[in-house]
Amino acid sequence: MNEFLQIQLLGIFSLGMDLGWALVMIPLLPLLGFLLLGLFGKKFLKQSAGIFATLLLAASAFLSLHTAYGYFFKYGKLEGVYQKIIPIQFTWLQFSPGVSIDLGILLDPISVMMLVVVTFISLMVHMYSLAYMKGEERFPTYYSFLGLFTFSMLGLVMSSNIFQLYIFWELVGVSSFLLIGYYYDRPSAVAACKKAFIITRFADLGFLIGILILSFYGGTLDFNTLIEKLTSTESTEFKTIASASFMGISALTWALVLVFIGGAGKSALFPLHVWLPDAMEGPSPVSALIHAATMVVAGVFLVARLFPVFSMSEVALTVVSIIGIISALFAALIACTQTDIKRVLAYSTMSQIGFMMFSLGVSGQGGESGLGFTAAMFHLFTHALFKALLFLGAGSVIHFIHSNEMKDMGGLRKYLPITHITFLIACLAISGVPPFAGFFSKEEILLAAYHHNATIYWIALATSGLTSFYMFRLYFSIFWNKEHIAHGEAHGEGGLVMMLPLIVLSVGAAVAGFIPFGEYVSADGKVLESVFHLQFSIAPVALGLVGIFTAMWMYKKQNNRPDSIAHSMNSFYKLAYHKFYVDELYLFVTKKILFNLIGRPAAWFDKNVVNGLVNGTGNFTLFISEKAKGFQSGKVQQYAIYFLAGVIGLAVLFIYIWK
Amino acid sequence: MMEPGLYHVLFISTALFFIGVFGFLTRRNLITMLMSIELVLNSVNINFIAFNKYVWPNKLDGLFFSIFVIAIAAAEAAVAIAIIINLYRSHQSIDVENAEDLKF
Amino acid sequence: MNLTLLILLPLLTAVVILLMRSGVQVKWSALIGASAQFILALILFFAFRKERALGNEAQMLFELQYKWFPSWHISFHLGVDGISVAMILLTAFVVIAGVLVSWNVEKMTKEFYLLLILLSLGAYGFFISLDLFILFFFLEIAVIPKYLLIGIWGSGKKEYAANKLALMLMGGSALVLVGLLGLYFGGSENTFDLLLLSKIQIPVIVQKICFPLLFVGFGVFTALFPFHTWVPDGHSSAPTAGSMFLAGISMKLGGYGCLRVATYLMPEGAKEYANLIIVLSAIAILYGAFATMMQKDLKYINAYSSVSHCGFVLLGVGMLTKTAIAGAVMQMVSHGLMTALFFAVIGMIYERTHTREVNEMGGLIKVMPFITTVLFIVGLCSLGLPGLSGFVAEMTVFMGSWQNPDPFHRVATIAACMSIVVTAVYILRAIGQTAMGPMNERYLSLQDARWNEKLAAIILIVGIIAIGIAPFWLNDLVTPAADIIMQKIAGK
Repeated sequence: MNEFLQIQLLGIFSLGMDLGWALVMIPLLPLLGFLLLGLFGKKFLKQSAGIFATLLLAASAFLSLHTAYGYFFKYGKLEGVYQKIIPIQFTWLQFSPGVSIDLGILLDPISVMMLVVVTFISLMVHMYSLAYMKGEERFPTYYSFLGLFTFSMLGLVMSSNIFQLYIFWELVGVSSFLLIGYYYDRPSAVAACKKAFIITRFADLGFLIGILILSFYGGTLDFNTLIEKLTSTESTEFKTIASASFMGISALTWALVLVFIGGAGKSALFPLHVWLPDAMEGPSPVSALIHAATMVVAGVFLVARLFPVFSMSEVALTVVSIIGIISALFAALIACTQTDIKRVLAYSTMSQIGFMMFSLGVSGQGGESGLGFTAAMFHLFTHALFKALLFLGAGSVIHFIHSNEMKDMGGLRKYLPITHITFLIACLAISGVPPFAGFFSKEEILLAAYHHNATIYWIALATSGLTSFYMFRLYFSIFWNKEHIAHGEAHGEGGLVMMLPLIVLSVGAAVAGFIPFGEYVSADGKVLESVFHLQFSIAPVALGLVGIFTAMWMYKKQNNRPDSIAHSMNSFYKLAYHKFYVDELYLFVTKKILFNLIGRPAAWFDKNVVNGLVNGTGNFTLFISEKAKGFQSGKVQQYAIYFLAGVIGLAVLFIYIWK
Repeated sequence: MMEPGLYHVLFISTALFFIGVFGFLTRRNLITMLMSIELVLNSVNINFIAFNKYVWPNKLDGLFFSIFVIAIAAAEAAVAIAIIINLYRSHQSIDVENAEDLKF
Repeated sequence: MNLTLLILLPLLTAVVILLMRSGVQVKWSALIGASAQFILALILFFAFRKERALGNEAQMLFELQYKWFPSWHISFHLGVDGISVAMILLTAFVVIAGVLVSWNVEKMTKEFYLLLILLSLGAYGFFISLDLFILFFFLEIAVIPKYLLIGIWGSGKKEYAANKLALMLMGGSALVLVGLLGLYFGGSENTFDLLLLSKIQIPVIVQKICFPLLFVGFGVFTALFPFHTWVPDGHSSAPTAGSMFLAGISMKLGGYGCLRVATYLMPEGAKEYANLIIVLSAIAILYGAFATMMQKDLKYINAYSSVSHCGFVLLGVGMLTKTAIAGAVMQMVSHGLMTALFFAVIGMIYERTHTREVNEMGGLIKVMPFITTVLFIVGLCSLGLPGLSGFVAEMTVFMGSWQNPDPFHRVATIAACMSIVVTAVYILRAIGQTAMGPMNERYLSLQDARWNEKLAAIILIVGIIAIGIAPFWLNDLVTPAADIIMQKIAGK
């Protein structure tokens, strides 16, 4: 049955052992790094830990590029449709016939695309950290955690089984926890890592229950089979799940919404987003990797993975798009008011993920209507590039100035020329200025929304204007505004090791938009011709430029315009500045309700009532024996009387009563 | 003159039994209490002998039993007096009221 | 493989310990004995797998039967199935780790180790006996040493805790005894033999009376709500190895008994009371978790979390599906290893900081990297991180529970699932306050773990990870046995 390492080579194509092992090595190399550095790093690899991990990751990245090339250009396509290939799969834990957790690798356009994104960004971050984290006491530990994260993320995107995805989902959560809490002696970092873990855990509860429902009705945990069963309206599985209902909502919708809650938690969507800004307590490269480019888009990936099933439930898709658009707007508003540069980027991440989500929500299953799906994936791809770049750039700035606050910055363009240029490219990309990458992906998202739902389109349009405003607010505040007074900083930009990733990423952010994404990634695996309407692009680009110029007007030179505008919108500004008081709400719920209304009474009940019952039994026994011990007086003659009385009593009993 | 019968003897033994019991319950002196117990035992002996003689004259069980009882009474007296002597050594008294330590 | 070895070996070790003079000799002979047990358990495991691979489909393997008390039909009947083998492996892991962490016991060393070994003797005997009378006999053997371990080597309110624990467990065994007598006289056979009893039809009325007796009796051992109050006090007062044995082995005696004796022999009774069991265990899971959240003492945290985790065992049993029962057994093994490790770590920390209050610690990563790493691993295992054993067991229970399609079972399962969030809260809180955060200056000179502590921790971690990353061996071991139990319940 489940012999260890009895790996079944499945698949429509005979891929050969070489490819199979190469694929397995992609996640295993970072895992190897994690194990070696975690176990022996402190003793043997103190200095070379970074190089070691980076080399492993480079190999992994090479293998993924190789895989991507092979998949997209050689064997992935059959009769014009990209296939879902499972080259390797073995049973890990069998629950009941048909229902088992299998570990395997699923290759399809989105997983291959994610492979490339994850290994590439991770490689950049590994390289960047060589200089950024140099001299840290726990340098090997840092790299081992990075390895753990990369392994888990790769496992997540390659999952062939929904439970396998859940396993790696939890593992990325814990690596994120470990990395946010990397500076373990800062109370704020400890609080942030706990918060991140607990909130995502709460969301995972929904995910888990969703999996339970899907597996119950689908009779399988395998993605391909599950999707196959639940998308054909003829199958008995689909009929039961669609007809079973709870509180007037079908089981299918319940399951999908619950799964989406899991995704929303990981992807920091409203209202489960509160952990993301705090997660910026981690080192900046970590924020770039985990909290911008890869882990936080896991929710988007999850919805995309299950998209065929989602498209069977109108309600679930509507929930996805509504939560997506709310998050996008909400985060953009907050981002305009924050002063910590990493927090601005965090909210911007949340906003962009909102874009991807509603884009999935407005998408249809195939053909032209599947534009939203492709657009979401495209945006995920480009966003990973420019957002990682932004975070790494922010890392350089922070490295240079030793502060996260905008007020400590200004005029840095002279001191950090390369950072400045690359940061500018990233800002242009995220603002959707042609011909940078963000322009293309955002255009497609807006187009998809336009075709589907006018309200969402208009909100999205406004949000994209806001995006360019807050990004350039950031840009001008850091690199222009007031002149920087040099404090005699010893180091410059951190040398080639730190600059190379920035340059590579900025090239990506500049040109990635020209990739004909629709040819490779689409909801139904067929080629989606990207349609490009010049007239349609006018509005968003114009709005983006307005945002940029407003930001320039307000922040390029030091002046009192920002203050006066903030003053004029006093209450609203305050609301946004305090993040709409969502954190306070959470604090209230956890501290006041969870601890005081449930935890404390439970502990009290246990100590006094349940334990009291036990002690009470003991005390009752003591009481009885206290009363009874009088018989044991030590007076021999008294005993003799009892004895005699007993004899007489028994005699009477037996002779007269009980004849 | 009337021959003493079973009932006469039983009457005596019953009287002896209750005298013994009364003595056991009322006396404070342990030696006296021991003597009372001997009275009780002897009343039992008388019963055995009497029943043997009047009811089953051709059997010896009653006689044997009374000999057992006498033997046990002797052993008991030896043990009891040893206890009493030890008690006297430790408590300087053989009053039963003073020997109440064995309680609870 | 002769199963009497499992009883004779601890017995021999105990005798050798009695003959030893110095503490060092005692320790080494205990360690050698424990290692021999460990090796024996591994041999048993592989022999069992081999037999099964050879196609031996008998319910119990390596059966042995000696006459013991023929007039009452009591025989010394031994035998193992997958569940017993899993429990024996668990016991062997915990025993060797417990012996290793107690290396520094100075007070009455010989007696301490003697009691530890005796406890292991009772546990092995319990898990391999197929006659209910000797099963009960070994159960009692496993109870007495705990009283002395806590009463003599404990800390805090040790007398109170020892009394409470011994009395509650004795009360539980009394119920078990009554239930066993009911089975003996209620069935048509007048036998204590488990296999014979499983073949005859026990009248439904007898089942309805005896099932609660046996289930509650064994349930006391495994922290069945509301009979769990010995757990926090007992664990927190016990010496480190005592807590490890208590949580790692003793609580599993109860779970095993609930499954093997109560549920297996009396399926009608189990069906009758299943809903009650589910309610109680769901309460235990959530309520234990919430009560843990408010604790400040590390040992109390782990003790209450044990209540919560053992709830999964009873929940799995109560759900009456094959997967859930297999999950319950896996949870027993997983929780045994995990909680033993947790107590070992707490013991190590306590020995160094002389406090168990989480508020008084902080930043211990800096001075004791090894110990805090183990604390992280065990904490993450407790909150069900994939790759460690807790996840596998809990998910199996959830999947098994979810197979019952009615709303009642669904609600109970969702309630149980909710505990994964609460568990995360209290575990992270405990870890965050002890290992992370700013460091207390007075802990600067503390030392990291010594060789014996490292070895103990590594042994248990190996067990946890072996289940966590390759659960199929445990699943293959347990599922056929669970299937037999389920078939009996389903009435086939």
